Amino acid sequence: MLWTILIPLAVAGVAPWLHRVLRARAIWLLALVPVGVGTALALRVPREPLGAWMEAAEWIPELGITLAFRLDGLSGTFALLICGIGALVLLYAGAYMRTDPHLHRMGGLLLLFLGAMLGLVLSDDLFVLFVFWELTSVASYLLIGFKHEKQEARDAAQKALLVTGAGGLALLAGFVLLHSAASDAGLPMEQAARISVLAATDLSGHHLFTPALLLIVLGAFSKSAQMPLHFWLPSAMTAPTPVSAYLHSATMVKAGVFLLARLNPLFGDSAVWHVLLTVTGAVTMLVAAALAAGQSDLKRILAYTTVSVLGTLTMLIGVGTDLAIKAAAVYLVAHACYKAALFMIAGSLEHATGTRDIRQLGGLFRAMPVTAVSGVLAAFSMAGAPPLFGFVGKELLLKAKLDLEQLGVVLLLVATLANVFLIALALAVAIWPFFAPSAGWLRRGPRSAACRLAHEAPLPMLAGPLLLAIGGLFVGLIPGVFDRALGSAMASAIGGRPIMMELKLWHGVSPAALTVLGISIVTLTLGFLLFLRLRAWLTHIAAVVARLGRRGPARVYDLALTGLFASADRVTRLTQTGSLRQYVRVILLVLIVTSLGVVLSAALDGRPLSHRLVSADGLLAAWYWHELVLVLLILTGATAALLSRSHVSAIALLGVTGLLIAALFALFSAPDLAITQILVEALTVILLVLVLYRLPERTEHKARFADTAIALAAGAVMAGIVLATAALHLPATVSEHLARLAKPGAHGRNIVNVILVDFRALDTLGEITVVAAAGLGVYALIKLYRRRKAGEGTS
Amino acid sequence: MKSLVFQATTRAVTPLLLAFSLFMLLRGHNEPGGGFIGGLLAVAAFALYALAFDARRARALLGVSPQTLTATGLLLATGSGGAAWLAGQPFMAGLWLSAALPAELKLGTVLLFDVGVYLVVLGAAALVLLTLREG
Amino acid sequence: MFVILALLVGALYAAAFCLLLARTTTRLLFGLLLLGHAANLLIFSAAGLVRASPAIVPSGAERPPPGHADPIPQALILTAIVISFAVLAFAAVLVQRAHQASGTNDTEELRTTET
Repeated sequence: MLWTILIPLAVAGVAPWLHRVLRARAIWLLALVPVGVGTALALRVPREPLGAWMEAAEWIPELGITLAFRLDGLSGTFALLICGIGALVLLYAGAYMRTDPHLHRMGGLLLLFLGAMLGLVLSDDLFVLFVFWELTSVASYLLIGFKHEKQEARDAAQKALLVTGAGGLALLAGFVLLHSAASDAGLPMEQAARISVLAATDLSGHHLFTPALLLIVLGAFSKSAQMPLHFWLPSAMTAPTPVSAYLHSATMVKAGVFLLARLNPLFGDSAVWHVLLTVTGAVTMLVAAALAAGQSDLKRILAYTTVSVLGTLTMLIGVGTDLAIKAAAVYLVAHACYKAALFMIAGSLEHATGTRDIRQLGGLFRAMPVTAVSGVLAAFSMAGAPPLFGFVGKELLLKAKLDLEQLGVVLLLVATLANVFLIALALAVAIWPFFAPSAGWLRRGPRSAACRLAHEAPLPMLAGPLLLAIGGLFVGLIPGVFDRALGSAMASAIGGRPIMMELKLWHGVSPAALTVLGISIVTLTLGFLLFLRLRAWLTHIAAVVARLGRRGPARVYDLALTGLFASADRVTRLTQTGSLRQYVRVILLVLIVTSLGVVLSAALDGRPLSHRLVSADGLLAAWYWHELVLVLLILTGATAALLSRSHVSAIALLGVTGLLIAALFALFSAPDLAITQILVEALTVILLVLVLYRLPERTEHKARFADTAIALAAGAVMAGIVLATAALHLPATVSEHLARLAKPGAHGRNIVNVILVDFRALDTLGEITVVAAAGLGVYALIKLYRRRKAGEGTS
Repeated sequence: MKSLVFQATTRAVTPLLLAFSLFMLLRGHNEPGGGFIGGLLAVAAFALYALAFDARRARALLGVSPQTLTATGLLLATGSGGAAWLAGQPFMAGLWLSAALPAELKLGTVLLFDVGVYLVVLGAAALVLLTLREG
Repeated sequence: MFVILALLVGALYAAAFCLLLARTTTRLLFGLLLLGHAANLLIFSAAGLVRASPAIVPSGAERPPPGHADPIPQALILTAIVISFAVLAFAAVLVQRAHQASGTNDTEELRTTET
C-alpha cells in the first residue's frame, strides 16, 4: 500500500519535467497515475463488513511509530473518491488552464496532494496520519496560492494554512495524549499509536481521554471548516476552479470528517463526543446554508453549501446510530460526486463567459447543452430530488432523524430548514444560468455580451461533470450497487460494528416511509418557492451577510493577525535597540540574577555550595610565592590595559598579560598550551598594531558607575562559578581511558595532541574550518572594500 | 620598520623558524608541538618577514597563495579522515603504516590530518596578516 | 592556589566586561581578547591544577605517570586559543571597516549611522 502513496508523490516530482517534454499532453499521462493506483486499490478493497487489508513496515521503532496502513470500507471508499475525482480533475485542469503559463506546476501539485491524501486515509498509525495530514495542508497552501502574483490569493493561502496548521498542532497534541493514555493502559509502544488497536481498546477511564478527544476534534473541525473555523474555506475559492473542485469540496475538507469517522469506534461512546459533534454540526449546517444564500459568486455559494454539508456529516457521526452512520456514508459519497461536478460546471461557465457572478449569467442552455445536462443532474442530486443518489442520501438522513425521539425533532427541523436553502441554491447555481430567460439573474438589463458569445466547453472539461452526474443518476436508480460494493463495509468501519446497508429508492407504503417521503416533498416545494423569491431577497440577504461578516470569525482572525504583527514589531523595537552595550548589560544582568537565584535557593535548602573547598586536598590548597607573584602580575597587566589611554600601551600591556598567562599554563603541566599561547600572543600584537595604527585615538567616555558595578558583579559570579566547580566530583573515566589508549592505540605519547588529531579529530576539523572561515572573512572584508574604492576612483 | 639590522636578522631567523615549525609539527605526536603550534610558528616567520620587508616579498617567499594553503589543508584533513572509509572503518579512524620509522615517527593518516591543521592555521593566519599588511 | 586562580578568573572577566561595556569599538577588541583569556583559565582551573606532570607518556612507557594533568580540557583550550585569535582578527577588521565606512568608532554613533 505504501507504493500506492509513493508512486503519485514520485510522479509529482517529475511532473514539471514531463510537462516540458510532452507539453499539454503530459496531463493525460499524469491522469493515468490515479487511474492505475485507484484500480489497484479497488481490487483489494474488502467487501465484508469490518474486513481490512493491513500492511506495516518499521519506521521509527524508538518512538513506536510504524508505517502502518489499513484498507477497509472507509479508507477504500475515500481512496476511490480521491483517485477517481483526481483523474477527472487532472483532465479538467489540463483543458481549463491550457493557456496558464504555470500549468506545468498544477499537475505536479495535484498529484502531490493526491499522494498525501491517499496516505492520510490509508494510515493506521496516528503519527503517520498526522504527517500526511500536514502534507495535505501544505499542498492546499500551494494550490490556493497558485496565482501567487495576486495579493488576494496569497492572503487566502496564508489564512487556510494558519487555520488548518493551528488545528494540526491541536491534532498532534491530541494524538500524543492519546498515545500516552494508550501506553498507560498497557499497550506496547508499537501498538499504542495504531488506530485499529486503539479502536478496540477502552480508554474512556483515563484522565487524558477527554483532553485528547477535545484536541483531536478541534483539529478535525479546522480541517473540515466547522463553525467558527469555517471562514478559510470561502476565501480559498481564489484557487483555480479544478483545485476547488478537488481539494475544497470533494476530498481534503472531508479529511476532518474522515478522521471523526475513523476515530468514532474509539470515541463514539463518549457523551462529550456526541454533544460536541451533533451541536457543532447542526449549527454549521444551518448557518452555512443561510450564509450561502447571501453570495452571488458561483464558487462562494458552492463553498458555503460545502460547509453546510460538512456540518451535516459531522452531525450524523455525532448522532452515531446505525441509521445516522449509514446516512453519513451515503451522503458523503453523493456529495463528493455532485459537488465536484458542480464546481467543474462553475469553472466551465466562467471559462465560457468570463464571469462567475450568478446575476450576469442566463440562457446558456443552447450554447452549452452538455454542461447544462450535467448541471441539472448534479443540482437535482444536491437538492435531493428523486431518482438521484442525493435523494437516497437525503431519505436516509431524514429517517435517521426520525429515529431519534425528542432530539430528533429539533434536528429534523434544523435539517429541513437547511435543506430548503440547499434546494433553492441548487436551482440557482445549476438551473438558472442555463434556463433563465435570456436576461440575467435580475431580469433586467441586457444579457451580457459574454453570455451571447459563450460556447460549449472542450471535451476534457465535459467528461468530469458528465461522468460524475450520470454516476449519481445510475447509483440513484440502482442503489444496490453502492451498498453491496462499499456501503456496508464503510458504515461498519465508521461504526466499529457490523452495519448492513440496504439502499432503496422506493421504500414501499409504511407510515415511516410515507412520513419521510412527505417531508421530502414539502422540503422540495419550499426550496422551489424560496428559489423563486431568492432573487428578490438576494440583495437583502447579501446585506445581512455582509454585516455579519464584519463581526464574524473572519474579523477575529484579521484582528488577531494584525495584532500579532503589531506586537511583534513592538517587541522587536524594544529588545533590538541596536545598542551593543545594552545587549551586553542585559546578558550580564541575567547572568547575575540567575546565579543569585541559584545561590539563594541552595541556601534556603540548606545545601552547602562549596563544602569540598574547605576540605580541598593539599595540592589544591598549597600555593607558592612565585605563583602568587605571577598571578599578581597578570592582574596588574590586565588592570593597566583597562586603564591605559593609548592604543599602543594597551596592546603592549595585553601582550605581556598573555605571555604571563602562558607562563601559568607552563607551571601547571600544560606545555602545549604555553607554547600556543606565546605564539598567538605574538601574532595578536602584530594583528592589533596593523589594524589599530589606522584608527584614531579617542578618549573614552567615563564609564558609568552602574556599568562598572555590573562588570564587577558579573566577574564575581564567574569567580564563584570556578569555586563551585570544586564541589563537582566529575568522574575522570573518559580522560583516563584516552590516556591509557594514547600510546598503544594511537601511537602517540603526547596525549593532548593525540586527542586533537585522532580521538577527537572531527571536533578539530570543525575548529580549523572556523579558523579558515575567519581568515577568508577578513580577506573578503578588506578586498571587497578595496575593490569598491577602486571602482569609485575610476568611475 | 625598514631597519637594516632588523632585516638582516629576519633573513637569518626566518629559515630557522620555518625549519623549527616543521620539527614541532612532526614531533607533536609525542612531545609538545603539533599542527597548531607548528602552523603558528610558521605564521610567525612569515609575519616577521612581512614586517621587516613588505607583504609582497613575504608572499613571494610563501610561493602559493594563503587561500590555496587553507583549502589544501582543509581537504587534506577531511581526506585523511575519509581514507578510513576506504578501509571500511568509521570516518576519522586512524590508519597506520606497519613499517615503523626512526625517531618514534609513525606514518599514518593521523599525521596527514596534523599536516592539514598546520596548513589551515598557516594559510588562514597568513591570509589575515598579509592582507592587513598590504592594506 | 585554586582559590587564587578563581579570583584571577573573576578579575579577568570583570576587566573584560568593563571593556565590552565601553563605547569605543577598539576597546571592544581588548575586551574580547581578555574574555578569551578568562574563559580559557576558567576551564583550566575547573579541570583541576596539577604541577609538573604533563599528560605525556614517558618515552618507552605505555602509560602516563599517575596523577598527570587532565588532557581533555587542554585540548579544548588549545583550539580555543587559536579560534579566539581568528575571531579577534575578524572582529578587528570589522571594527576597521566600520570606521572606514562611517568615520566613527563609537558604538552609540554607529548605531545611528546604520546603513
